[in-house]
Amino acid sequence: MAQRAFAVTLPFVWALFAAGLVIGPVVAVIMRAGGLGGLGTPEYAALWFTIWQAALSAAVSVVLAIPVARALSRQQFPGRGALIALLGAPFILPVIVAVLGLLAVFGGNGLVNQIGGWLGLPRIDIYGYHGVILAHVFFNLPLATRLILQGWLAIPAERFRLAASLDAPMGRVLERPMLARIAPGAFAVIFVICLTSFAVALTLGGGPKATTVELAIYQAFKFDFDLGKAATLALVQLAMGMAAALALFALSPPAGLGAGLDRVPQRWDGRGRVVRIADFCWIGFAALFLLTPLAMIIVSGLPGLLALSADVWSSALRSLSVALGATALTILLALPLATKLGELAGLLGVAVSGLVLGTGLFLLVQPFVRPAEVALPVTLLVNALMALPFVLRILRPELDAAREDYGRLAATLGITGWALWRIVLLPRLRRPLGFAAGLTAALSMGDLGVIALFADGEHATLPFQLYQLMAAYRIEAAQGAALLLLMMSLGLFWIFDKGGRANA
Amino acid sequence: MLELRDITLHLEGYHLAANAEFKGRFTALIGPSGAGKSTILSMIAGFLSPSRGQILWDNRPLDGLAPAKRPVSILFQDNNLFPHLTIAANLALALTTKRPTPAQMERINAALAQVGLADMGTRKPAALSGGQQSRAALARVLLQDRPLMMLDEPFSALGPALRAEMLDLVAQLAADAGIAVLMVSHAPEDAKRVADQVALVADGQLFPPQSTDRLFADPPPELRAYLGV
Repeated sequence: MAQRAFAVTLPFVWALFAAGLVIGPVVAVIMRAGGLGGLGTPEYAALWFTIWQAALSAAVSVVLAIPVARALSRQQFPGRGALIALLGAPFILPVIVAVLGLLAVFGGNGLVNQIGGWLGLPRIDIYGYHGVILAHVFFNLPLATRLILQGWLAIPAERFRLAASLDAPMGRVLERPMLARIAPGAFAVIFVICLTSFAVALTLGGGPKATTVELAIYQAFKFDFDLGKAATLALVQLAMGMAAALALFALSPPAGLGAGLDRVPQRWDGRGRVVRIADFCWIGFAALFLLTPLAMIIVSGLPGLLALSADVWSSALRSLSVALGATALTILLALPLATKLGELAGLLGVAVSGLVLGTGLFLLVQPFVRPAEVALPVTLLVNALMALPFVLRILRPELDAAREDYGRLAATLGITGWALWRIVLLPRLRRPLGFAAGLTAALSMGDLGVIALFADGEHATLPFQLYQLMAAYRIEAAQGAALLLLMMSLGLFWIFDKGGRANA
Repeated sequence: MLELRDITLHLEGYHLAANAEFKGRFTALIGPSGAGKSTILSMIAGFLSPSRGQILWDNRPLDGLAPAKRPVSILFQDNNLFPHLTIAANLALALTTKRPTPAQMERINAALAQVGLADMGTRKPAALSGGQQSRAALARVLLQDRPLMMLDEPFSALGPALRAEMLDLVAQLAADAGIAVLMVSHAPEDAKRVADQVALVADGQLFPPQSTDRLFADPPPELRAYLGV
């Protein structure tokens, strides 16, 4: 009986603890925030810009993803699997690295401007709202494509056979109903992501026309040191995040197009010459758009990689310890929380952005210590909390399945408590744990958010160091550091993910 | 001896009543799908609590006892072995959750030999055939050394010849060890083959066990309906 009470109480206590870690800073923000009267025209402009850039970024990503996903779903070609796998890469790609890659392609001296110069075209400028939207599309076009592609893959093969036998238009009978189901959710997910994308606005935005609420929070800290204004803005961001998260919850896709017999679909709609040419144009566009900035990072970063300063190496070491610490903390929080109640507590992290949490933590610690002194532990904590919803989403179905399949067997054998985790659950969770740990480590390694509020030169993480190099126009050093950051993020993901798969 | 005393179970849209003593060495529970045969096993094993009534073993009530503390072992329809552990490690869990001692290893090897799987202890379940997996699970249940062994259609995925072979093996090993068996089956021929008593579950009710020969010689109306005769 005592063990049963323990099993019920532990997730509850843990859920309260995790919720407390989020709610504490939020309460600090609410206590410090003044009324909306404290906000002036620039702050309202930031609010408006945040919403419309997120909406436009989400709309462009989803609209462009529709033909790309259609083409990928119906054309077979060598490297198709690799390209689809690569569509997952931007999720773990450090934002600041991607921004540097985009600058190498679309920046003042970038590829596009060089080619445009030869052709006599006017120069394009990536800084400003269009740069913010371009970067958001770079990150989210792959996500939208994957979501819509999953929609295509969920259509049973029998529906394609039926449509083909009736010579019915695939677009009208299959694609449109699928998009009606998937696209609103995809739009909402990307909208929420873009609402809280701080690093993109920090590096490419700014000024009256391209400042987001999160960037305004940062400016209130760094330029005005007006903590009241920062807290009020954080409250605005929190309200926006919660409203968007609720909308996201409401837009979860309803039931699909019915079950099939799991046959691999054969497609009759991708066979004409014109259709094939159009499809491969879209696939080529997506591949070029995604791969060129990454290739530029590698090519331009190699010379700088060999001449990195001691500062860059020490910041890399700091980032590595923060990433490993955040990974350990997230897993420790997630295992007991992988229940329905726990997942709900963990989901608080979706509505509360890292910068809002950072603002709250700043307000909490500032009376007692110099914020820069605690920059790394705070970053570790915020990174862990931000990764928690993803980790819970990965672990919970696997944990439920392990309990469903082997819970009764374990109960008859008297395997309970720690022995249950050691003998039954953890070995069954190796793969998802490896994946979740890899994801957390990579996200934390590349995070440029809360550290910007807290750090000084002595406590910089590698992304912050990279930002400082960019701001000082030390481009070659920045490119080398970016390549190092890219290798460390992807390397950490690979090592953890591989570890989960070894002998599994 | 197992006794279900005035048991009722109410689940959503489902009602089951049972009042019976099980005196046979090998009793089969037969009845149509969804009648509640496995539910009865779940109550005896401690996975489900009856809404009312008592389950007794040798006149001792089992109420509130955790599954591992009950005098029963059980073979499920599937998932009887942890796939990430070797066969020996699976069997060891019947004795300890720590590293088995040399004496325990001897018992594990003896149990494997008993079911014809000597030298298979280092393999993972996936490296064994369906029949061998059933034998390994049976060896684990024997090691648990409980006075009542329950079988929840564990051999239903095997072919007819292999199923008959496994049933004979269970009957023989249980008789050797002095263990009573309670088996759920929807195949009357399985019951006829190994059970000395048969209890019918139908229409939300468990009918008291009767001698197998007598029951099939003169089936009551509920059994006739199930057999289609």
